[in-house]
Amino acid sequence: MIYLDNAATSYPKPKEVGQAMMYFLEKVGASPGRSGHRLSIEAGRILYQTRERLAELFNGDDPLRIIFTLNVTDAINLALKGLLGPGDQVITSSMEHNSVMRPLRGLEKRGVEVKVIPCSPQGVLCPVDIKRAIKKNTKLIVLNHGSNVIGSLLPITVVGEIARKHDILFLVDTAQTAGCYPLDIKKDYIDLLAFTGHKALYGPPGTGGLVLGERVDTKKLTPLKEGGTGSHSEFEEQPDFLPDLYESGTPNTVGLAGLNAGISFILKEGINKIHQYELNLSQKLIAGLKEIPGVTVFGEDQAKDRVAVISFNIKDQLPSEVGLRLDEEYDIMCRVGLHCSPATHKTIGTFPIGTIRFSMSWFNTFEEVEQAILAVRNIAKGA
Amino acid sequence: MTQEELLLMEDNYSVVIFYSTSAAIRAESLAKRNKLMVKLIPVPRNLSSDCGICLQFNNEDKQRIKEILVERKIEYDDIYEI
Repeated sequence: MIYLDNAATSYPKPKEVGQAMMYFLEKVGASPGRSGHRLSIEAGRILYQTRERLAELFNGDDPLRIIFTLNVTDAINLALKGLLGPGDQVITSSMEHNSVMRPLRGLEKRGVEVKVIPCSPQGVLCPVDIKRAIKKNTKLIVLNHGSNVIGSLLPITVVGEIARKHDILFLVDTAQTAGCYPLDIKKDYIDLLAFTGHKALYGPPGTGGLVLGERVDTKKLTPLKEGGTGSHSEFEEQPDFLPDLYESGTPNTVGLAGLNAGISFILKEGINKIHQYELNLSQKLIAGLKEIPGVTVFGEDQAKDRVAVISFNIKDQLPSEVGLRLDEEYDIMCRVGLHCSPATHKTIGTFPIGTIRFSMSWFNTFEEVEQAILAVRNIAKGA
Repeated sequence: MTQEELLLMEDNYSVVIFYSTSAAIRAESLAKRNKLMVKLIPVPRNLSSDCGICLQFNNEDKQRIKEILVERKIEYDDIYEI
């Protein structure tokens, strides 16, 4: 079996991830932050260690400015709905996932002004267009770092610098880059970094978070949820300190124990090495697909840098049918269709049919890439 | 003898009371990294704190502990000598 659906959820995970989760269930088990006993403290240490590792990965100074959420969608919702109100303008791109687009369209109905900057059919964003769209009421710029459809990268560092110059906050959706592409909240001028645990960070589903940079004033970021935190229990009001302000209810400690192990694996291997390896896999796959008559690969031809997400179509064949054949005849798991991102498909010209998407991880091999190319070649031949 | 057992032998110690468990655990982690002998314990009954745990340390380390809390901007309620 060849698993090429890592942009949806990475599989397999490093073996340490399952081991850490089993260790938590068998040896720790308790609820963090609620009680003073040894097991509760140990559970709290696991959460803290996970925050520390994330701070190391993203170059944050204070691990307590990392807020755990269910996934990146949850983190993006917290950022957008917590920051924006009627009369505010928010700028985004036409390469966004629905995790950004849908909350924005929802906010639009409540009086938030949403400006979508068009990108080229190759998925390229011109930062000058962002700069031109800035107005007095612009409060936030939000960008998808790596495209979940074509693997292209938006120029976050350049846009981040523009945001900072204009005293606007900058939110980055790192669903496809956190864990497989070097990120630095300081060098990339990121104020809010939303990540998910179950993709390139190799954690289980149900983990994710929002990293708050120094410029984020928590008085201006309203929590999505309120409830029990194990702190300030004498008050009926939500505590105002981090991370409790945004973390109500018992957390997913078993999942975060797994995420902790996933991040340790990445830090041990080295993120640059992981990125380079996945880049090599991508280049081989793209080159191989392009040689096949009738196959169109989407995205920029000459892109030097990307993540390992590749979309293509076969002339006169429906993506859904190709996907079924890849699964049943070639034992290749991939995703077909619109990938929760109608805006991107409209940008690259594949709406509403969608594309066939291969997405890879550190655990894929060059042999698997060769087999996938061969499978597509056979299907394209009509064989 | 472990670091924690050593600490228990001391009879002149203090505790830092925090607002949240996360802050207490962060302080523990940073203190240990600075080679200070510390231990997270349930808050003594005569003191009031909502986050059930506090950080115990030897009185002679009080200055260093305070420095860490200030340097790393860890919010805490108070320090009490026991």
